[in-house]
Amino acid sequence: MAMTETPMQRERARTIYEKSKPGRRAAVLPAAEVPEPPLEELIPAELLRAESPRLPEVAEPEIVRHYNRLSRRNFDLDSGFYPLGSCTMKHNPRLNERVAALPGHARLHPAQEPKRAQGALELMWLLQESLAEICGLPHVSLQPSAGSHGELAGLLLTRAFHADRGEERTKVLAPDTSHGTNPASVTMAGYEVVKVATNESGGVEMDDLRAKVDGDVACLMLTNPNTLGLFDENIAEIAALIHGVGGTLYYDGANLNAVMGHSRPGDMGFDIVHVNLHKSFSQPHGGGGPGAGPIAVSERIEPYLPRPQVVRREGTNGHGPTFDLDLDRPKSIGRLRGFQGNFGVFVRSYAYILSLGADGLAEASETAVLNANYLKARLAEGRAGKRLPVAFDRHCMHEFVLSGKPMKKELGLATLDLAKRLLDFGFHPPTVYFPLLVEEALMIEPTETETKESLDAFADAIERILAEAEQDPEIAKSAPYTTPVRRLDEVKATRKPVARQSMPVMGDGGPGSAGRASR
Amino acid sequence: MTRYTSATPADRAEMLATIGDGSTAELFEQVPAALRLSDPLELPEGMSEAEVFERLAALAERNADAEEQVCFVGAGMYDHYVPAIVDAITQRSEFLTPYTPYQPEISQGGLQVMFEFQTAMSELTGLPVSNAGLYEGPSSVASAGYLAMAATKRRRFVVSRGLHPHSRETLETYSVGYGAEVVEVGLRDGETDAGELAAAVDGETAAVFLQSPNFLGAVERVEALGAAAKEHGALLVVATDPMTLGVLKPPGEQGADIALGEGQPLGNRLDFGGPSFGFFCATEEQIRRMPGRIAGETEDVDGRRGFVLALQTREQHIRREKATHNICTAQALNALAAMVHLAWLGREGYRELGELLVRRTAYARGRLAAVPGVELLHEAPVAREFALRLDAPVERVLERCAERGIAAGYPLGREYPEFENGLLVAITERRTRAQIDDLAEALGAAIQAANGEFVPDSETKSPVAGEVG
Amino acid sequence: MTLADANYPDDLLYHDQHDWARLEGDDHAVFGITWYAQDSLGEVVFYDPPEVGGTVDKDATYAEVESVKAVSDVIAPLSGEIVEVNDALEDTPEKINEDPYGEGWLVKVKLTAPEETGALLDAGEYRKLLENS
Repeated sequence: MAMTETPMQRERARTIYEKSKPGRRAAVLPAAEVPEPPLEELIPAELLRAESPRLPEVAEPEIVRHYNRLSRRNFDLDSGFYPLGSCTMKHNPRLNERVAALPGHARLHPAQEPKRAQGALELMWLLQESLAEICGLPHVSLQPSAGSHGELAGLLLTRAFHADRGEERTKVLAPDTSHGTNPASVTMAGYEVVKVATNESGGVEMDDLRAKVDGDVACLMLTNPNTLGLFDENIAEIAALIHGVGGTLYYDGANLNAVMGHSRPGDMGFDIVHVNLHKSFSQPHGGGGPGAGPIAVSERIEPYLPRPQVVRREGTNGHGPTFDLDLDRPKSIGRLRGFQGNFGVFVRSYAYILSLGADGLAEASETAVLNANYLKARLAEGRAGKRLPVAFDRHCMHEFVLSGKPMKKELGLATLDLAKRLLDFGFHPPTVYFPLLVEEALMIEPTETETKESLDAFADAIERILAEAEQDPEIAKSAPYTTPVRRLDEVKATRKPVARQSMPVMGDGGPGSAGRASR
Repeated sequence: MTRYTSATPADRAEMLATIGDGSTAELFEQVPAALRLSDPLELPEGMSEAEVFERLAALAERNADAEEQVCFVGAGMYDHYVPAIVDAITQRSEFLTPYTPYQPEISQGGLQVMFEFQTAMSELTGLPVSNAGLYEGPSSVASAGYLAMAATKRRRFVVSRGLHPHSRETLETYSVGYGAEVVEVGLRDGETDAGELAAAVDGETAAVFLQSPNFLGAVERVEALGAAAKEHGALLVVATDPMTLGVLKPPGEQGADIALGEGQPLGNRLDFGGPSFGFFCATEEQIRRMPGRIAGETEDVDGRRGFVLALQTREQHIRREKATHNICTAQALNALAAMVHLAWLGREGYRELGELLVRRTAYARGRLAAVPGVELLHEAPVAREFALRLDAPVERVLERCAERGIAAGYPLGREYPEFENGLLVAITERRTRAQIDDLAEALGAAIQAANGEFVPDSETKSPVAGEVG
Repeated sequence: MTLADANYPDDLLYHDQHDWARLEGDDHAVFGITWYAQDSLGEVVFYDPPEVGGTVDKDATYAEVESVKAVSDVIAPLSGEIVEVNDALEDTPEKINEDPYGEGWLVKVKLTAPEETGALLDAGEYRKLLENS
């Protein structure tokens, strides 16, 4: 298909290194103000660097222009819809950025004495209490830096729990629909993954579970609702089965957005829950982080929580309560990272919880579920209904999964091609090829912050793409056409990976080619 | 409606009509009745934006941040000056709000940033391959252990006591899951004891872990120490400070197989400890075992240069239980901040900054060592942080300095009982000569007071207690 | 470049995990993966051959083949000792796609239990297996 290039396509990628010129710079540093002996007098010459690293050499206006132009080659949530299943791409409030930037939070050193960081510690404690209430489990650690970090924490907590009872178990159960981080975390925690099947209504296959639950099972990891967007009606029995053999029940909180204020994993029987603050609690995704994965645990797991733990101490002598970092935890699994965790993320999430409150959180989940069911109903109509049937025909919660199998068979279009064509229509595609259980899967989670018009526009775009494919499936197969680059050669990238800029050797005339002597 | 949703009653009615239900309650029927909450959560009701701001500002007020107290505290995170353009760029919607770049055609901004960042970290560490970042320093050390086990099929880690205490603790926590043994080697005169290290490394050692500059600020002789690892086929893992690599010989030029560390000094706030990022670089041989994302260069169908996530089969979403690591969400925005900061410093500026740090540190060390009641804990060469021993209870000294508006340093005694009344002092380019002189004076006065005077109970300050909630 | 059509030579024996064996003499065999296996994987980007002298066990994994989207275990159809490996694949792993039965061969072994061939499928049976799955 002959086409003219878009302006962004015409602008070829150039790195900041390629824009460098020796002698250009942005930073002006303060004067030393102190004596300036040669460095060799302070540090032995053999420990000093001979050639300075080849960093860019550009002035400030060019740096700003470079990264601004680069930013425009990104799609982003502030600009458009991301119906990514289990990612919960909800609006990122700018209030949260404003409060996170307050110097009292942003310029506070993590090793500041607790008595001089009472605001920070109280904020962490308040966030802990809020998450405890939302999850229905009394004890919370904010330390894990992401969901998978929380999963690892939960599995190490499980290990400590069993070890404390003189037991050595080797297996962890997880459904075949689980997110890839679950089995990856299991291996890192030294356990063996045993997969549990899914039944026809999308829940855990109970016979399979009963057959696999025994005294060697340390834990069962579940997401509820699961990655099909379906709430498991058998959750009470599942919990009883696992607890019956003395195992722990772990909740992957990726789908918490479906149930805030309506149901609580603690009440469902879970022992350990991780929460993704960058999902349900509006922390911006940042193109791949930062996030946070705090964990909430039951009473029996509490002794093993990571160290340090933020605690509240009653005041004495008429003073108010104080907040502290408790290191005196003899049964703790220890540290999972430096200092206290991603505090900047806690500030944003706490501001979000304060903004929404109990009523707002419940309404957010309700609207998320409503939006998902509405979009599912829209996509059950017309061409989408025929070519992209829903994998499980029942009410979904906050997300649902379609199968592209008929589309592939009847139109020769793979889910991948549909996804790439959606890019030309200004949408980020849904999650594709996950969960593995559904052939040519499309996992769709609209979240509560999309308008009805946005959902309609998405459904309309799908309809148009399918209609177009009926006429000419080749169009989607070569999509996208209008993005800054078109389909990329991933084979080439992986076969001989080029993961950094190659630099001309010193003296060849490239960036920094003139010799650099230290002063 | 909350501030962020938009479903009006009319919208809801229309949507429910399309779904074919009478109410949203019907949508929740799949949740068993016994599990459906009948009462609202016991949390306050939602507040207006202005009120939320006031609450958060009030909490911020009760923190003695680096604007209020001159910060000589380091221990892995430093009060550097981050230029304004970092905020301007990282606050852009297009960098702040997108998802992970799994659809590369619309993520070239983020992917190219990763590529530029990987290049920068590779340059800094002297190793050819870098990933796009991990969570932070100490957990990156633990991740290196996982890689070393996969690479060598061994389960023993030999760790210098010079490694950050948080790194050592984190490695121990993870090692319980790995089924690995952690053996610690002590320090002598502030540096890793070479004899003890050589004796500890054997044919079962997967990796030797060093840090340079180490936690006490000493620049270690990594190449010499690392020989023991090479001899036994163990990997050499070196944690380092990314602000010092303009002047110090990088780990890659000293035999390291992996160089990693806490990235906060580059472009990131103190933020009471996070979010920041961990950098992780390695030899070519380890590329397929690397944790985390890696952006790779390629072309599109029309021959345009572009970038994609390369080697995804290592990662959890494809490889699942056999993945090189479980990491999914990392710290991409923080890596962007680092890249912008490095671009701003530039090749010349980065080196100059390193030189500035070394010289101001030398000055500070000399001034403080001359203060009565202060001696150097060790005399090993240092770059930007150094350790002192005080002839007075360090907690009292710190308290008095704090009252003068100075956070004088990090007390060593809790994590290094052998260095009772030890103090770690950090220097950044924000610590002026005047502030350093002030610190010297404050320390001197504080030590005198702590030793010479009886301190009445009424002077023992209670914590800054305010209204709760 | 991949083969245009599915192709399962009659002179080979097949394992139901999509691996083939070519017998050479009484006690040697060459192994590889079938057309179906390479087609499912997509373009192969990496293959790290096992060591000469190592053993392979029937039905067990002896190597991995990596494409952009997946990593696949390679199963040994028969037990034996590795006497030769196809080193050329380190530079040109795509031969596994282009010529899975020829230049895409993976290892050559000296068989330790030749009677195991009885458990393998012939080309016709293997084709039937594919049709039914």
